[in-house]
Amino acid sequence: MLLIPCPHCGPRNQEEFAYERTLDSVVRLDDAPDVALSALYTRANLRGDDHEIWTHAQGCGQWLRLTRHRMTHAIHSVEPL
Amino acid sequence: MRSGSGITAESVAFSFDGTTYHGQRGDTLAAALIANGVQLVARSFKLHRPRGIMAAGVEEASALVTVGSGAHGEPNVRASDVYLYPGLVARSQNAWPSLRRDIGAVNSLAAALIPAGFYYKTFFGPPSRWMLYERFIRRAAGLGQPPRLPDPDHYGHRSAFCDVLVVGAGPAGLNAALAATLAGKRVILIEQDVLPGGTLLREDVTINGAPGAHWAQYVVARILEAGGRVLTRTTATGYWDDNFVTAVERRVEPGQPGTGEAQVSWRLRCGEVVLATGAIERPLVFVNNDLPGVMLAGAVRELALRHGVVPGRRAVIATSHDEAYRTAFALAALGVDIVAILDSRADPAGPVIAVARARFTVLTDARPLRAWRRGMAMAGLEAQVGGTRQSFAIDCLAMSGGSSPVLHLHRQAGGALEFDAARGAFLPGAGRQRHSTLGAAAGVHDLAALLPDATVVDPLGAGTPPAPGPVWRDEAPGKAFVDFQNDVTTADLALAQREGYVSVEHTKRYTTLGMGTDQGKTGAMVALAQIADLRALPLPDTGLTTFRAPYTPVTLGAFAGPMRGDHAAPLRRLALANAHDALGALWVPAGAWMRPRAYPHQGESLGVASLREARMVRANVGVVDVSSLAKFEIAGPDALTLVAAVCATPVAKLAVGRGRYTVMLREDGMVMDDGTLWRLEETRWLLTSSTGGAARMARHLTYVADVLLGHPRAAVVDLGEHWAGLALAGPAAAHVLAGLTGAPVPAHMGLDAAHLAGVPVRILAASYSGERAFEVHVRRDQAAPVFAALVEAARAAGGGVYGLDAMDHLRVEKGHVVIGAEADGRTTPADLGMAGMLRKTGGYVGWQGLTRPALADAATRRQLVGLTALDAGAIAEGAMLVAREGAEPVGHVTTAAPRVAGEGAIALGLLLNGAARHGDRLLAWSPTRHSTVPVEVGPPLFFDPEGARYRD
Repeated sequence: MLLIPCPHCGPRNQEEFAYERTLDSVVRLDDAPDVALSALYTRANLRGDDHEIWTHAQGCGQWLRLTRHRMTHAIHSVEPL
Repeated sequence: MRSGSGITAESVAFSFDGTTYHGQRGDTLAAALIANGVQLVARSFKLHRPRGIMAAGVEEASALVTVGSGAHGEPNVRASDVYLYPGLVARSQNAWPSLRRDIGAVNSLAAALIPAGFYYKTFFGPPSRWMLYERFIRRAAGLGQPPRLPDPDHYGHRSAFCDVLVVGAGPAGLNAALAATLAGKRVILIEQDVLPGGTLLREDVTINGAPGAHWAQYVVARILEAGGRVLTRTTATGYWDDNFVTAVERRVEPGQPGTGEAQVSWRLRCGEVVLATGAIERPLVFVNNDLPGVMLAGAVRELALRHGVVPGRRAVIATSHDEAYRTAFALAALGVDIVAILDSRADPAGPVIAVARARFTVLTDARPLRAWRRGMAMAGLEAQVGGTRQSFAIDCLAMSGGSSPVLHLHRQAGGALEFDAARGAFLPGAGRQRHSTLGAAAGVHDLAALLPDATVVDPLGAGTPPAPGPVWRDEAPGKAFVDFQNDVTTADLALAQREGYVSVEHTKRYTTLGMGTDQGKTGAMVALAQIADLRALPLPDTGLTTFRAPYTPVTLGAFAGPMRGDHAAPLRRLALANAHDALGALWVPAGAWMRPRAYPHQGESLGVASLREARMVRANVGVVDVSSLAKFEIAGPDALTLVAAVCATPVAKLAVGRGRYTVMLREDGMVMDDGTLWRLEETRWLLTSSTGGAARMARHLTYVADVLLGHPRAAVVDLGEHWAGLALAGPAAAHVLAGLTGAPVPAHMGLDAAHLAGVPVRILAASYSGERAFEVHVRRDQAAPVFAALVEAARAAGGGVYGLDAMDHLRVEKGHVVIGAEADGRTTPADLGMAGMLRKTGGYVGWQGLTRPALADAATRRQLVGLTALDAGAIAEGAMLVAREGAEPVGHVTTAAPRVAGEGAIALGLLLNGAARHGDRLLAWSPTRHSTVPVEVGPPLFFDPEGARYRD
């Protein structure tokens, strides 16, 4: 289980958080349909760092941006969104 | 009376297969059985071969027994991993009618007919035929039976932090734990055995003048004194991300009734982890190496020195390295005749060898070829000694084919492996998390090297590091096992190679190598060496299968812990739960909530009660509790922006004081939720949505606000828990409500503030039933008098309360959808007939998803339809819609109901191209419920199509 350093609450167990999605799969309201659908269905999944959206659902409720390595799971940064 | 490092003089009675025996306190079941002369304890998984005890710890592959009786029974317990307690009852498994006369042993004779991959090759055919095969396969091959009764044991969950977690209380672990504790660190030391000491319990050594086992006790006492924590009988089962280790502590032995917690599941977040998990000895490969009486040399030594037990009177030691020589001395000290030591090395030398040569017959370049039995006991051994073959009449063989460091946790943590060719073993390489490995797990067996600050006296000396035994090349005919639990032989490995299952991952699945409950702890490396030899590859190039948690099997109850029964999930009770109880409510779970399903009169069935309640609403008036619906208030200068992003219907032109039905979509265009949206003020909105989707909607609103819109000036407040909601519906509803508030009621889809029973309320005029209806929102803590007044007034008007089922009947008749039934995550607004309601300009979540070409073809879409039963039968919910029984389904029934206005059965369903099929006749077919009802397809609206009844 990951230990996620919440910027508000400090390091907490992963189970307090809810994973939302990777940043590149966010569909903006004004994205053209082809852009939106490609974000939803045809994403790359390369080895390396990923930017992810999480929320501290069982804690402060803050939406967070994590930079996390896709293979090692190492978390490099956590910022409030 | 036996003596040993791990037992006391106290006698403990136990039984095995109905016979009572006595062991001593501290004995494992395995030790006590051998002490009582019981060698045959199990039948093997596939071939039903007679098996005895092979190992002394959790790596035991063969001696699996069921311990305990009735609900306390625990199957597949390793006899070497359960400690005697008074009244322990153990039974053998996988044998019928008895261990000695096991009918299944014919499998062994027919073994040529069941090679590796047997099931894959034999049981072809459609799934229905497989169902039949499976029954026989499961009966023929198997382990113990789980108890059918509810588990009476209690299980606990604990979390803890530490600076240093030490796994394993052998010499290396004890030393590391003590040093860390004395350095002021928070230390947890865990040990799967009941006693600390690890190998010290089975070696004749002294440390600082004390026997090894005493030194271990002393170190534990010092750790505790210095503030450390020591958990014995606790197994580290998994090593997860960020130095998170799970462990399971057994507080009572398997099958042992007890009070309090039987097991505790630990979750440990650790600063650093020291893995001192030891090593597991490997078997040698030769024919019949699975006979009772053939054991690992270290296990034999442990029986002798820890339990004072000898497994035979005449023994041969077969080894490939120095360590197993120690077994000869241990057995000889207990009076066992050491017939020979077979050493596979051509020219072993060193102090241990020299001492051994002086006392025993040491044969070099020598190794076992074939063992045989008389009855169920080992009777002899044929060995290759140099260029000749020799036979020995013996009843015990202590073997050692090298040693495998226990690297499971290291690997689970992401640590690298390095192959050591001399040892024929993988050693821990660089760690990925903050962990290190010590002792035998790191390939260091020399006590003096492990304890540099202690005075270690070992009469036999350290000897050379363990080296692998010889590869088996079919030097004798017969079965030579590499995986004892799953009956995998060297021939199976060769077959897998011949048939193309070359990769070790394929070999594993084809032969079931390492797939037993022991996960191949003893045999995996032996098998790899065999595969490497077959493929003429260096061992590391054969690859290695994944080390998966848990390290040893974990009882399901330990995962569940206290979260079972009523504690499995939170239960949410309505604010008015007591009032509903007083009215005779029958409860039904709806999401996490308990909601009144109906209020049956004396002697009335649920179905009759619900239909009566629904008809009461159509005829007069009814009150229903809708408090569990989600309610959000959204306020601020940018509130409209947020509402418009979430809701797919037009919102901007909604007048203050008015509401409308709305749907919210997922990004793929599917309906996520529905509800009503109300404009309380110019910049203040109220959004209601489904009970079950409340948590999802709360999260969705903040996601849209914080992530998509970048923190608009709009606050979202979840009022679901703050406001109770009571719906009043029926032709008399307006009159009843006006009588209670003394004010005119709001127009349909209008809202108003009022006082009711002296309490301030908000009234929303929305209809779900198809009748004129109002939702009364009131603060949760003030809801009781409002509810009482509504019920009393409704009764006075000839109505009363109604429950969830009646509400469902009413809405089916009106074709209103429910999230989870009709909107099942695969339906778009168009599928539900709502395409016309959507905002043409887009800009809401999901608008892009709706443009997917796949959604445009109606022929491939399941669309909402109404279904009318053509005979008297009730339509089964979930039934398939088919042209004839057995045909490919073209749709399904989502909700079924009786007609409220009229007689007969109706339903809502989703049907391929349904909007174009009105008038068609199909069958609602449910083979699982033995129900077939002919239905006619029509629009999803059965009552008051003009909507005249709910308008003003």
